[in-house]
Amino acid sequence: MSTFDFLLQGLLVAAQPMNLLYALIGVTLGTAVGVLPGIGPALTVALLLPVTYRLDPAGSLIMFAGIYYGGMYGGSTTSILLNTPGESSSIVTALEGNKMARNGRGGPALATAAIGSFVAGLIATIGLAFIAPAIVKLALVFGPREYFALMVLAFVTVSSAFGDSTLRGLTSLFIGLALALIGIDQLTGQTRLAFEVPDLLDGIEVTTLAVAMFAIGETLFIAAQGNTGPDKVEAVKGSLWMTAADWARSWKPWLRGTIIGFPIGAMPAGGAEIGTFLSYATEKRLTKHPEEFGNGAIEGVAGPEAANNASAAGTLVPLLTLGLPTTATAAIMLAGFQQYGLQPGPLLFATNPQLVWGLIASLLIANFMLLVLNLPLIGLWVRLLTIPKPWLYAGILLFATLGTIGANPSVFELGMLLAFGVMGYMMRVFGYPIAPVVVGLILGPLAEQQLRRALAISQGDFTVLVTSPIAAVLLAIAALALIVPLILRARGRGEVLGQLAASED
Amino acid sequence: MKHVFIASLIAGSIALPAFAADYTIMAPAAPGGGWDQTARTLQTALQQEGISKNVQVVNVPGAGGTIGLAQFASQQKGKANALIVGGYVMVGAILTNKAPVTLKEVTPIARLTGEYEAIVVPASSNIKSVADLVDALKKNPGAVSWGGGSAGGVDHIAAGLIAKAAGVDPTKINYIAFSGGGEALAAILGSQVTVGISSYGEFESQVKSGTLRLLAVSSDQRIAGIDAPTLKEAGLNVVVQNWRMVAAPPGLTAEQKAAVTADVEKLAKSKTWQEALKTKGWQDTYLAGPAFEEQLAKDVAATETVLKDIGLVK
Repeated sequence: MSTFDFLLQGLLVAAQPMNLLYALIGVTLGTAVGVLPGIGPALTVALLLPVTYRLDPAGSLIMFAGIYYGGMYGGSTTSILLNTPGESSSIVTALEGNKMARNGRGGPALATAAIGSFVAGLIATIGLAFIAPAIVKLALVFGPREYFALMVLAFVTVSSAFGDSTLRGLTSLFIGLALALIGIDQLTGQTRLAFEVPDLLDGIEVTTLAVAMFAIGETLFIAAQGNTGPDKVEAVKGSLWMTAADWARSWKPWLRGTIIGFPIGAMPAGGAEIGTFLSYATEKRLTKHPEEFGNGAIEGVAGPEAANNASAAGTLVPLLTLGLPTTATAAIMLAGFQQYGLQPGPLLFATNPQLVWGLIASLLIANFMLLVLNLPLIGLWVRLLTIPKPWLYAGILLFATLGTIGANPSVFELGMLLAFGVMGYMMRVFGYPIAPVVVGLILGPLAEQQLRRALAISQGDFTVLVTSPIAAVLLAIAALALIVPLILRARGRGEVLGQLAASED
Repeated sequence: MKHVFIASLIAGSIALPAFAADYTIMAPAAPGGGWDQTARTLQTALQQEGISKNVQVVNVPGAGGTIGLAQFASQQKGKANALIVGGYVMVGAILTNKAPVTLKEVTPIARLTGEYEAIVVPASSNIKSVADLVDALKKNPGAVSWGGGSAGGVDHIAAGLIAKAAGVDPTKINYIAFSGGGEALAAILGSQVTVGISSYGEFESQVKSGTLRLLAVSSDQRIAGIDAPTLKEAGLNVVVQNWRMVAAPPGLTAEQKAAVTADVEKLAKSKTWQEALKTKGWQDTYLAGPAFEEQLAKDVAATETVLKDIGLVK
């Protein structure tokens, strides 16, 4: 049978009424846990594993796939409406999405996130079906030095994309990098900056920092303004749905986000966040409306949301082809496979084609179901914004605290949430961007570890960093990204940059 | 999680002192890892066998299990219905992190499962046997990079033991720690490192499909169904097992300890547990009572020596 026949057969399996029901339960649960900050799809799948023991393999894997996709999607809703990222991969969404929501454009922001997730999920799932073996080869070529080059590229593009002042952006970034040093050094097992506090041994949780800086910091900022702050936000201004202009500005970011997110998700040390950072930076560079970035540009929601869903599908590439789980959720799905005596890996496609294609088909169905489930809800979600401010922000505080406690029931964690919240407030007051702090915390350890691994393998020879073709190309792009804007700026920017953006379309 | 929390509050407030203990099992790791899976398999088996009606699993991730261990020892003291999953990795982590709470502060109940380490190279490697590996190590230990799990963990310890047994200075080994077997596997498959070392299960499907070459396993005797010599046969006197155990809190009375031990023994002999071991590919290494405590003390002492040899512990 050809690949296509297998896929059709898989769709038949997944379209059975019971399996559709499992998919529906999965995406609903997934969306719900995605919405709660701190509680991710990994924990949900883990809790459900014993429950699904009695189901048939296809049914339970379909449900897990639904939870996974739902979780990736659900995080965006709170990011956009409440500026509270539910998952680390929806941090970037909060940047432009929440600004849009406050300008009365919450509807289009949610819609472009939902449709972008759908488009990306669709393309990436089809990619999973047809080009998984090729993608996995690419992912394996990536060793420590290539990852390090990718991190350098991410640092350069991302740090120039946040905020107007380079100095302030870099200051924030370095705060994040400093925080990233806390905890056990992975390569030697020695502790750094933990001051014998056991809670700090494992470093600072990204979601705790993100929720604190975004949600708590914002709440404090609003509260500090008292009644003098800006008037009540208008929940809906203009159309609740995406206008023709919104569509025109969204479709390219969706596609670009997919292309960026899918291969990064497939990389063993990638992580969905990196794809969203790179996508945001790309959109900011290519946009025809640079003035809107930072004030609610729809491209800044469309691209990263597509990237994070595409990377969710990308994660399944190494899982299904190599038996290699690259995220916590994938690790638990692997446990789910093993529960039925299946060993994912190079032989799975040959030994259990029905199951693999059933899973891929159910991902397509889960993806479609998410869209059906969420689009009609947008009208309801934006009503959230009409809640009077004191109530809304009290709700956000409660929500952020519950999520953090749910993920890690510890007093110390709550203390950190508060402390970082105050830090987020101070940074807002003094006009420092907060996103680079979170970026530094995520990228810092990755870059450091990969650099040290590369140098350990080469026994201290620095030239390995540039002798691999992929690493050299990535570093060259990073260098260009750093130098070109400087030159253009020196030659009287504006027009040239605009033309460049236009010609790259 | 929120619901679980509320549900457990409600359950806790209305539950009468039942004859079967409602166990709470702590997995001192994030969902998905070996300890989490052990805890959740225990949960299913305890409930299905009717040993305990209602079992909860709590994850407290971090620092090789030492964060969870510290919390467990202080918060569950004297409670006969609390259990923690742990293992060999914890022994190494306690020593490398200089953890304030050690295994001496809990009540070890029984060793349950274990996995042996496998030493693999990419199929394209020109290292064909353990002898080739030893030659390469002797020529230049730094040029042989080992890819495995976290620093100071079982994989690292096994690499150190192999070097030592081969007569190579263990402080010279070039061990590259990855965050878990999965990431290490990718580096091995991509030939980023010379040799891979991790639990056999991590490599099984790659070995079967021929993309990795299995050089040896770290068991005492050959394992049925695995076509590779033991390290001992290959001339290196190294036996390493990544065992997992279950422990109770400190401060239990002798009767309480006996009751928990009896429950765990019933579990270990049960059909559900035995079947779970088979589907997961875990070895049954059940060992309880004084024999286990003796073995544990031996393992701790041996690990300390190795970690000092490698230079991770001063």
